[in-house]
Amino acid sequence: MNPILELQNLSHLYSAGTPFEHVALQDVNLKIERGEFLGLIGHTGSGKSTLIQHLNGLLQPTSGRVLFDGEDIWKDKKFTRQVRFRVGLVFQYPEAQLFEETAYRDIAFGPKNMGLGEDEIHERVLRAAGFVGISQAELERSPFDLSGGQKRRVAIAGVIAMQPDVLILDEPTAGLDPAGRESILQNIRDYQAAQNATVIMVSHSMEEVAANVSRLIVMNGGHVAMTGTPQEVFRHAQELERIGLDVPELTRVFLELRRRGLDVPTAVFTPQQAAQVILQLRQGGARHA
Amino acid sequence: MELRSEQNSNSAIRVEHLRYSYPAAEGQTEHVVFDNLDLTIEQGSFVAVLGHNGCGKSTLAKHFNAILLPQGGSVHVWGMDTKNEALLLEIRRCVGMVFQNPDNQIVSNVVEEDVAFAPENLGVAPDEIRRRVDEALRQVGMYDYRAYAPHLLSGGQKQRVAIAGVIAMRPKCIVLDEPTAMLDPQGRREVIDTIERLSREQGITIVLITHHMKEAARAQRVIAMREGKILADGTPDEVFSQVELLRSAGLAVPETTELLYTLNEAGCDFPLGAYSAEACAGLLLDYIRDLRR
Repeated sequence: MNPILELQNLSHLYSAGTPFEHVALQDVNLKIERGEFLGLIGHTGSGKSTLIQHLNGLLQPTSGRVLFDGEDIWKDKKFTRQVRFRVGLVFQYPEAQLFEETAYRDIAFGPKNMGLGEDEIHERVLRAAGFVGISQAELERSPFDLSGGQKRRVAIAGVIAMQPDVLILDEPTAGLDPAGRESILQNIRDYQAAQNATVIMVSHSMEEVAANVSRLIVMNGGHVAMTGTPQEVFRHAQELERIGLDVPELTRVFLELRRRGLDVPTAVFTPQQAAQVILQLRQGGARHA
Repeated sequence: MELRSEQNSNSAIRVEHLRYSYPAAEGQTEHVVFDNLDLTIEQGSFVAVLGHNGCGKSTLAKHFNAILLPQGGSVHVWGMDTKNEALLLEIRRCVGMVFQNPDNQIVSNVVEEDVAFAPENLGVAPDEIRRRVDEALRQVGMYDYRAYAPHLLSGGQKQRVAIAGVIAMRPKCIVLDEPTAMLDPQGRREVIDTIERLSREQGITIVLITHHMKEAARAQRVIAMREGKILADGTPDEVFSQVELLRSAGLAVPETTELLYTLNEAGCDFPLGAYSAEACAGLLLDYIRDLRR
């Protein structure tokens, strides 16, 4: 089976041919498999946003190809349009794009554009609202009267309602409080599990990606600098710091323990994992390195 | 000055019986944000304010330099009543604000011109402006970038330019409303290090609104809010030891505290106030070495 998305020698230049020419992506090769939960990390300007905008045809490659299920997404207009429905993109601060009179109509906008029938649209709106925990009453309200967290959920539901095979989210938890962050992440996990969807999440929180994704893509200077499981990537603390990133806070604790002579694993990301490791040591499983 | 009250001369900002509501949308009841809130920020202190989305943090911050005015009660800034229109300029000069999105705060095409914007508006003499701009850029570590176009800077650099623009007004207090929410890890480090240095070296009063518990732990005082009321107020140790209370308000504690708390629930007895990886590792190492003795 073909990967759901594949990038072949993808390069992108902004303002090509002008004095402001700027290489945003250079020769990126990447295969994304069905059902993966990918984390995309990199400092500001490393090419993350440019990359994700290629995945549903918002940007056209300067050179190289983007394949959806093995076919060039630019092969004809009809296919490009289809891909835009099958690869859903939730922008940063998506609540800024709400515009309809009710939350319901905002969520229905995407399915309507797909040319679906009224019943199908209705069903999809309710299902999408269910995924993000928006109640029937809230659906009838103006999206602008909802809280910040609720607005963001409505905006995400608008993309989910198109039931994309690939759901891409650019910093979906930015600016939310801890409970709000966790609840949005749960919504995303639920959608993925229910649809067996592929999810790509851009995040600046190392803790968040470590606890959620199955594979990380690390961008730097328009290249893919590293890719691997969180276990593999977060082994490279110094390299990550050099390119403006970090490791999760508790990984840092365990790297420090190791540096100070304790034989502990360092692929430790969450308080629960960390506590487990320490409690095992208490039961006498530890040796000095 | 006769307009200033002499009481509480150590307080930078004094909020008394503050009442504030947002007007009702059609067919709905008005949204009460504060109903009788009292709060004092001491001069020279570094205070972090935590709270769930919609708890009133930003509304409170906007009262600190008269962007919003109390509907009941009062806010005094270095003794000046924010409701006194004659003092508006002086209040704004006293308390500078930095917001979440650096791109919305930068107005010029050149970094140093951007930093000069506020003092120019205040009518400061050109020589003095030059001095202040250079000094402000040095304080945030952006002097070498003074001739750059802001759009060529990273998020963290832009945010430090925004801070320099505020410093150039020589404020006594800087209020930062989630200044790191849009930044990458390095940008966050740069901004928080800068804020801490301004507090320590310049004695500027800092009010930092944040959703990042680790950043809050670097303040001298942490105020946690819920629904327009103060839920917890004290040193980071005092506030972050109330893990369950914070969780109930949709908040969290730093990751290191969360780990130590989880271990305590399994029968250990750690102090919870270790906020750096090094401090936390130190506690864990001592514990494990003790076990083996």
